[in-house]
Amino acid sequence: MLLKLLFKNPFRHKLRAVLTILGIAVAILSFGILRTVVGAWYAGVEASSATRLVTRNSISIIFPLPLSYAEKIRQVDGVKAVSYGNWFGGTYINEKNFIASFAVEPVSYLKMFPELVLPPDQEKAFIGDRKSCFVGRKLAERFHWKIGDTITLKGNIFPGNWEFVLKGIYKGKFKSTPEDQFRFHWDYLNETMKKTAPRRADQIGFYMIEVKSPELAARVAQDIDRMFKNSLAETITETEKAFQLGFISMVEAIVIAIQLVSFVVVVIIMAVAANTMAMTARERIGEYAVLKTLGFGGWDIAFLVFGESLFLSMAGCAIGIALTFPAAAWFRAELGDYFPVFNVANKTIYMDVAAGLVVGTVAAVFPVWRAITLRIADGLRRIG
Amino acid sequence: MGAIPFSYSLRNLWTRRLTTSLTAGGMALVVFVFASVLMLSEGLRKTLVDTGSYDNAVVIRKSAESEVQSGVERTQASIIESQPEIAVGADGERLVAKEVVVLINLPKRGSDKPSNVEIRGIGRHSMSLRLQVRLAEGRMPRPGLAEIIAGQGVAKRFKGAGLGETLRFGMREWTVVGIFDAGNTGFSSEIWGDADQLMQAFRRPVYSSVIFRLRDPSEFGRVKTRLESDPRLSVDARRETKYYSDQSELMAKFLRIMGLALTVIFSIGAVIGAMITMYAAVSNRVGEIGTLRALGFRRRSVVLSFIMESLLLGLTGGLAGLFFASFLQFFTISTMNWQTFSELAFTFTLTFEIAWKSLAFSLVMGLIGGVLPAFRAANMNIVEALRTS
Amino acid sequence: MDARTAPMVQVRDVVKSYHRGSQVVPVLMDITFDIGEGEFVALMGPSGSGKSTLLNLIAGLDKADSGIINVGGVDITALSETELAAWRATSVGFIFQFYNLIPVLTAIENVELPLVLTGLSRRERREHAETALSVVGLDDRMDHYPSQLSGGQQQRVAIARAVVTDPAIIVADEPTGDLDKVSALEILDLMERLNHESSKTIIMVTHDPRAAEKAHVLRHLDKGVLTNAS
Repeated sequence: MLLKLLFKNPFRHKLRAVLTILGIAVAILSFGILRTVVGAWYAGVEASSATRLVTRNSISIIFPLPLSYAEKIRQVDGVKAVSYGNWFGGTYINEKNFIASFAVEPVSYLKMFPELVLPPDQEKAFIGDRKSCFVGRKLAERFHWKIGDTITLKGNIFPGNWEFVLKGIYKGKFKSTPEDQFRFHWDYLNETMKKTAPRRADQIGFYMIEVKSPELAARVAQDIDRMFKNSLAETITETEKAFQLGFISMVEAIVIAIQLVSFVVVVIIMAVAANTMAMTARERIGEYAVLKTLGFGGWDIAFLVFGESLFLSMAGCAIGIALTFPAAAWFRAELGDYFPVFNVANKTIYMDVAAGLVVGTVAAVFPVWRAITLRIADGLRRIG
Repeated sequence: MGAIPFSYSLRNLWTRRLTTSLTAGGMALVVFVFASVLMLSEGLRKTLVDTGSYDNAVVIRKSAESEVQSGVERTQASIIESQPEIAVGADGERLVAKEVVVLINLPKRGSDKPSNVEIRGIGRHSMSLRLQVRLAEGRMPRPGLAEIIAGQGVAKRFKGAGLGETLRFGMREWTVVGIFDAGNTGFSSEIWGDADQLMQAFRRPVYSSVIFRLRDPSEFGRVKTRLESDPRLSVDARRETKYYSDQSELMAKFLRIMGLALTVIFSIGAVIGAMITMYAAVSNRVGEIGTLRALGFRRRSVVLSFIMESLLLGLTGGLAGLFFASFLQFFTISTMNWQTFSELAFTFTLTFEIAWKSLAFSLVMGLIGGVLPAFRAANMNIVEALRTS
Repeated sequence: MDARTAPMVQVRDVVKSYHRGSQVVPVLMDITFDIGEGEFVALMGPSGSGKSTLLNLIAGLDKADSGIINVGGVDITALSETELAAWRATSVGFIFQFYNLIPVLTAIENVELPLVLTGLSRRERREHAETALSVVGLDDRMDHYPSQLSGGQQQRVAIARAVVTDPAIIVADEPTGDLDKVSALEILDLMERLNHESSKTIIMVTHDPRAAEKAHVLRHLDKGVLTNAS
């Protein structure tokens, strides 16, 4: 019976209950979105593998490495496989449509990145045709590309119009795998460069190295860098995760700011919810006194107050969580250029629920304490 | 005449101080976010716009997005250098510079975290082309030596970039012989050295860009058309101001969208908070409202009085939020510009426009939050209201 | 029935019902009576008899379903909401059971409040309010807030507020209902003095027999029907 009271009570003040629920929903929504934005930045890190290393020119990523390094790296003890590629960038149709594209050595690359799942016939077709490319499912959907289409990219770093034939569409094996990438043959890039800008031929942007086991990663990285020290192109080799984290640390300031704001939001809403619950409790002192005279104990009342508070906050939480998904979709559409992976993580949902529980609990603390310690006579006097 | 006294609204807010401060606090937060995003965008815009000069033109390879991606061959550079519209300096020489721009990865002071810094190989006239830049300490690099000068921003934030310190890249040790002051512009985050030296060190035989001062700013269109249609070249010419503003587009867009989204969501929350407070205020004062109307105050006066209370809430929140946001001006944000991949530092800039926009915004929030409760107050049945005491 | 001069209040065939959901509850049925200028009338009757309702109609706080009410020469049943509000401001003084003072205003500000609706300047308003407060004997407490005053003192402030605009009638709904014996008597004496010295027409709803004693005329309302009491 108390339960029935619990669910009906908040709606006595229908408007106030609705507004409180909405307020909490908004807070949970903002919290969820902010966390998802932060998470999007770390998507690259999430997608990293513990057995992959990245080797780049030690000056900075814009400087190339010679093709001849490939064989040397392969000889290093502990190295299982070597692949290589160049960042291409490029835009499609107009400069607003920025495409994340890499020129890669096809066979070794596909073997090293099994999370890019291509049907075997498409994989074969891609490897067989030097002018072909394969793209992620989301990218293909965005521009309505189908297998067999000719796609022309305008290069920024490698100028000119580049034509490709779409031979494969991959699905990401994990949720964290970006599905907006564009990959084509390194040889196609290189052969073209040999003809148009020979000085830029036979140059690699980065090497991807797979080690036999994660424990070997650190040593192999050092061995590779030592090998090329004092040469014309010194290298820095780091784990894929460290490489991705490097990018994030460059935008650290913004990431931290966003994380800060998300926590402040929850605190403020907690305060507002607490205030509302306190308001309501203050008004109902008389009722609580009556219930006590009827024989309900302090703990029964506490249960009521606490339950009402939780009910409101969890209702708001549920709505907030539900709204997070369409909001995330909007963000994905607007900021897709910056964030290839924009998923609402399960962890975010758990944190949302936790936040809702915390808000509901904290808001009820003071009213519950009052309800328990209430002396019947005091409460009744208020009604009169 | 006939208006409920202003002190009524004011004192009611004061009497319920806790609720007032919580609600105003919520609005303050929204205004804080709103103002800080605007300030950040403005700071970004100012930095990049100030970085360019309307009288200068920047020529880079076609479809390159920035100097770093661009490559201009020596022969092409010579053609560009020979354009008649280029201004001639006091010494009789043309004010034009062929520059090479690359990124190097340097560790930051304190955190050791590496970031990409722009190194610019400059020509003899590079300094004179940038009126915002002047040598603050030390001297210019001497030709033929491994010497560099660093912008104040870089010297402060990066290891080895201070006066007298050395940096190692391109297999050589480079000594920082001077620090230049570039104010709030992007140049403050750059390191400058002799173009030929740097091109040798990086084994990059092509320039990145050609910068020149127009003898007459209005002639830009003419020289642009000529350069872009020349079959020997494949270039893109832009006024320096436009070049730098284009560079910030991605970041500006990101800030705008995040800022907009956050502000919208937060402001809904703040308005809801205001509504809860105002509805509670109304329901607590039913008897008073009945009395006021019994005494003869019109419905209109009741509406105005409650809206006034709500506006005061908004104003308080707005002033508080703006006050705290103004402290952000002490902070410098240094982050990577996604378009150029290089480090960019900018500050929060508070302008008069941002200030009044923020206050107006908070007043609107107060208005929206208070309008419905105000009408509820005004439309109560007098007799019923009086019965509640 | 007294008609020395034209009656201050004329009530003719007034009918009022309340609607509770779909039910219609008749409260006043064809009420007709007069109140002479300067009379002190007490309206008594059991709970739910409609006496407060009748008071509210005369005071212009509510509208009758049918009938005519004329106060001080004005047919208030023909006035619109807005006109009624303006009329109340200058023609009616209210005294409620629970004082109904504005808690965030001081005593003198509460008394000034009705004057805000007139065209008087601040100085004039202040003067009038001070005078009214001294009439009720509270000029030494004019800057106190209601929470700082006793029940009796608050009611006196309410009375000052009721007379400050020099209204045509004063209506009082259970003015002594929330007061202890001593304060109640003080208030009633005050009201009697006002009626006697300033010829204020007072219409009072009450349960209190002591209050009834102070009045000139006693009316009984039972099930919506008015009777004279001896």
